[in-house]
Amino acid sequence: MVDVQAHLPVLIVTVPLIGGILTIATGRGWKPWAWATFLTGTVFYFTIRLMMQVLASKTGMVSYELGNWPRQWGIEYRVDALNAFILLIVGGVGFITTIYAKLSVEKEIPADRVNFFYAVWVLAITGLLGITVTGDAFNVYVLLEISSLTVYALIAMGKDMHRGALTASLRYLILGSVGASFILLGIGYLMMITGTLNMQDMHDRLMSVPGILESRTVLVAFAFLLAGLGMKMAMFPLHMWLPRAYTYAPSAVSALLAATATKVGVYMAFRFLFTIFGVGFSFGMMPSGLVLLLCASAGILVTGVTAIRQTNLKRMLAYSSVGQLGYIVLGFALANLHGIAGSVAHIFNHAVMKGGMFMALGAVVYRTGRCDIRSVRGLGKQMPLTLAAFTVGGLGLIGFPLTAGFISKWYLVQGCLERPGGWPLAAVVLIGSLLAVVYTWRVVEAAYFQEPDPGTPPVEEAPLMMLIPMWTLIGASIYFGINATFTGHIALTAARSLLGGAP
Amino acid sequence: MTESVGLPPPGVILILGGLLLPLLRRAAPAVALLLPLLTLGYIWALPGDLSVTLPFMDQQLTVLSWQPATRVFATIFALMAFGGALFAHPITGLASERGKRWRVELPAAFVYAGSAICVTFAGDILTLFMFWELMAVGSTAVVWSAGTEGSARAGMRYALVHLVGGVVLMAGILAHVFALQSQGVPDPLALSHFAFGPAGFDALSCGPGDVAAWLILLGVLVNAAAPPLGAWLADAYPEASESGTVFLSAFTTKTAVYVLMLLFAGTELLIYVGLAMAVYGIVYAILENDMRRILAYSIVNQVGFMVCGIGIGTAMALNGAAAHAFAHIIYKALLLMSAGSVLYMTGKRKCTDLGGLYHSMPITMVCGIVGALAISSFPLTSGFVTKSMINQAAADQHLALAWFVLTAASAGVFLHAGIKFPWFVFFQKDSGLRPPDPPWNMRAAMIFFAALCVLLGVPGVYQPLYAILPFPAPADVELYVPYTGAHVLSQLQLLLFSGLAFFVLLPVLKRTLTITLDSDWFYRTLAPASWKHLLSPLMRAFGEVRDGFIGGLPDDLKRLVYSPPAEESWFREWGLGGAMITITGILFVYLVLGFVP
Repeated sequence: MVDVQAHLPVLIVTVPLIGGILTIATGRGWKPWAWATFLTGTVFYFTIRLMMQVLASKTGMVSYELGNWPRQWGIEYRVDALNAFILLIVGGVGFITTIYAKLSVEKEIPADRVNFFYAVWVLAITGLLGITVTGDAFNVYVLLEISSLTVYALIAMGKDMHRGALTASLRYLILGSVGASFILLGIGYLMMITGTLNMQDMHDRLMSVPGILESRTVLVAFAFLLAGLGMKMAMFPLHMWLPRAYTYAPSAVSALLAATATKVGVYMAFRFLFTIFGVGFSFGMMPSGLVLLLCASAGILVTGVTAIRQTNLKRMLAYSSVGQLGYIVLGFALANLHGIAGSVAHIFNHAVMKGGMFMALGAVVYRTGRCDIRSVRGLGKQMPLTLAAFTVGGLGLIGFPLTAGFISKWYLVQGCLERPGGWPLAAVVLIGSLLAVVYTWRVVEAAYFQEPDPGTPPVEEAPLMMLIPMWTLIGASIYFGINATFTGHIALTAARSLLGGAP
Repeated sequence: MTESVGLPPPGVILILGGLLLPLLRRAAPAVALLLPLLTLGYIWALPGDLSVTLPFMDQQLTVLSWQPATRVFATIFALMAFGGALFAHPITGLASERGKRWRVELPAAFVYAGSAICVTFAGDILTLFMFWELMAVGSTAVVWSAGTEGSARAGMRYALVHLVGGVVLMAGILAHVFALQSQGVPDPLALSHFAFGPAGFDALSCGPGDVAAWLILLGVLVNAAAPPLGAWLADAYPEASESGTVFLSAFTTKTAVYVLMLLFAGTELLIYVGLAMAVYGIVYAILENDMRRILAYSIVNQVGFMVCGIGIGTAMALNGAAAHAFAHIIYKALLLMSAGSVLYMTGKRKCTDLGGLYHSMPITMVCGIVGALAISSFPLTSGFVTKSMINQAAADQHLALAWFVLTAASAGVFLHAGIKFPWFVFFQKDSGLRPPDPPWNMRAAMIFFAALCVLLGVPGVYQPLYAILPFPAPADVELYVPYTGAHVLSQLQLLLFSGLAFFVLLPVLKRTLTITLDSDWFYRTLAPASWKHLLSPLMRAFGEVRDGFIGGLPDDLKRLVYSPPAEESWFREWGLGGAMITITGILFVYLVLGFVP
């Protein structure tokens, strides 16, 4: 019997990696789904165990050397409060969206491709988990490619394949590859100058070798990495791939991507900016704070206004996601304790809220076949639980007290005020939340105060298989809005360790 | 101080109970009557030195604690929830139109009332703020549950105003918390740090040094309906259902009064804000034709008295403000119940359509008149023993202007709410309508509140109210003696002459069909217009500039940058080429900024 506890970090990646490939052989019908649910459920369990292990360990982190190779030569998996938290998010949301996926996949994916769909699905989750768990810069790139390629495939399977899914996927493929190659270039330069691929060693060299931080190579590496990461995490104005990708992807894929993919991109930014380069270089010597703050503020405002003008609700949520990403970027670009804590907390909070909202929209698509603003007219009476979930999620986006969104907004505004002259940034955060009121309101108004278009057939409430995962996430957004001790603790711990420079 | 972790704050009973009501099906109406009484009993059963804290984020929140004014406000809020629930009781069965509305309205109203009670028990600013915001959700749902086109629109405006107010309040709170943290003050959320009072506001009135206090004050004044921030009140309240308005009249503004009392007692500015509110309410109430909107404006007027009392800030004034809030909730609810009964029985809301109802609705008429007398501070009604304390405090402090305006406003109240409302609705010309009195539950609620109005004005009965005020008198001293010969006489004179004035001016006051335009014009008319005529063209122009710029490029490059038009041409996405240029631009920015220093 293998000692699971000791091998948790690697099991989180290997189990779904091998299991995901095996999914192809599970045949038709419900079996691929059941297998994928089993896999993601196992992974979710592993992430919980790992989180507990990290919280219990004295050093606050768990290190695992693959094949017992010392980290200078081999690959080290390294888990601290921050990535244990992200792993928990990816594992949890991955599991819940897999359960949710069953019905919407049956409807949106041709029956003969379901096993391929779930294989790619599990591999995408594997890639995201892998990026998060590894402490090796090149390994990040490899796993990034795994997750990116699988996500391109998932998007292309959207039911509007001939109308937009394929071009959306191609668009993402091109832009994503550019972003990834920027990241690869950055990692390459870093390796050239530090002679190692291990993140911790890179950091040690950068800190210890005199004059190295002033070198042009480090500067160029930094520039490439930041531009590439900006593309990967869909930071405004590098978000152009995202709205279409989220709009045309299958409903379940939208929910998964919105909750996890960009979050992992942000996690990479955390690692590169704070763990490798260190806060002193990233925000002291380099003006990245200024650039990121500008981009984030512009993103929050512009995408908020853009979201208001959308008629396609998935696209509206997609723009809102870019705006919410703006909050996350804004938080860590402040480079102070509460800013980063707000950023980390918002990664989690936005994942559950937006995941739940995309699920609600998926249920609307499942019942009505459409997701434009007209299709939800009068649905408040016909699908009360689904629309209520959407509304509560929307309250979270606004940052209403007693929802999770409030916690992050509270930390973020506090972080803004901690920065000298940060008043305008606090104003941006608060204005952004008012923009969220307007675009959420449009849906609420259509759903509760307008009559269905004449001639549209009445629909039933979404099936339980959709409602339960949806309300699990929305319920979590309320639960963690009321009981914020766990997220608050993790967020502050992670923020402290990031500012301290240690992984 | 007793620490007890297990006890929930009283308002939570109403909030959770309200949310669970829909699950109870047929038992729900009965339970709805019990819940407020249970809450009331619980409030009074709690030991007076209890405090309960909960961990939240990295802070400890005090969700239950006794502030000086907690008992009087929590008691009246719970009483009001009971009266409102009785008035709203779905007598026609849950399947009827009214019953269906009840199933949405009552849970919303209980969340609203429960959060208001939670605000009064909040022991720190974050708890206070969270329930403050929850109140906004509950009350918006109450407005919406009327289910009319008008209520949907008004509810939206109502929600937006309150969310903006909430954002302002939150910004102020955070700014102050940050200031405290940077001074190394322990427990920066404690309410004591937020009690700005006269001392804290000296700094404030000198200049924009402490923005935090200003923002907090603004945020609270939005809820207190101080002009020009208060147009939401008269806009939204009359759009709710007849029972919804009764609930709405009680909590939002009075919670704001409570918070002002807690944070800004003795702030001189509030005297003038209060006076402005008192006058504003009267002017608009006299111009108004919709009977419930008349009463809505008179809320602003009455809250003006309380705000003024808080601004004066002596023990007498604060006691007066708290006592007046207590009495005001009862008689204003009573007046709105009476107006609501008329609306329910006739379906008409304009003074010009009503009249002569005394023939067939005697109980409604009598109760309406009792409320009218109470709001006019007629001796032997609750208004007399409470409002006079504020006037007295103004006199004691030699605030001549305040005293004069308050006295004039008292006369004005009698004009619009005391005589105008009952006169036009129940007497005046005979409209020919002969509806019977409303169902038993509405009658019972009105009689209950009418009895309270009278009882609280009777010597020997109002003393228990005085005993729970924020600054109780020492054991053997009378807190305040309202029934002196001079006081009774001067009040009667005042009422007599303003009553005379009403009937002399009657031809002028006869209402025509008008819509009074308030400062809500800014967001009802100006904001949409500025979007249409200003912002939207600007954004279009931005699109034109971009197209013009791209149009100047060579054809090949143009194709690269341009993507086919999306659904909204001026929010068109950029093409792949545009994305490439952007990422290169960002890279370039980093490189240049990195190389330059």
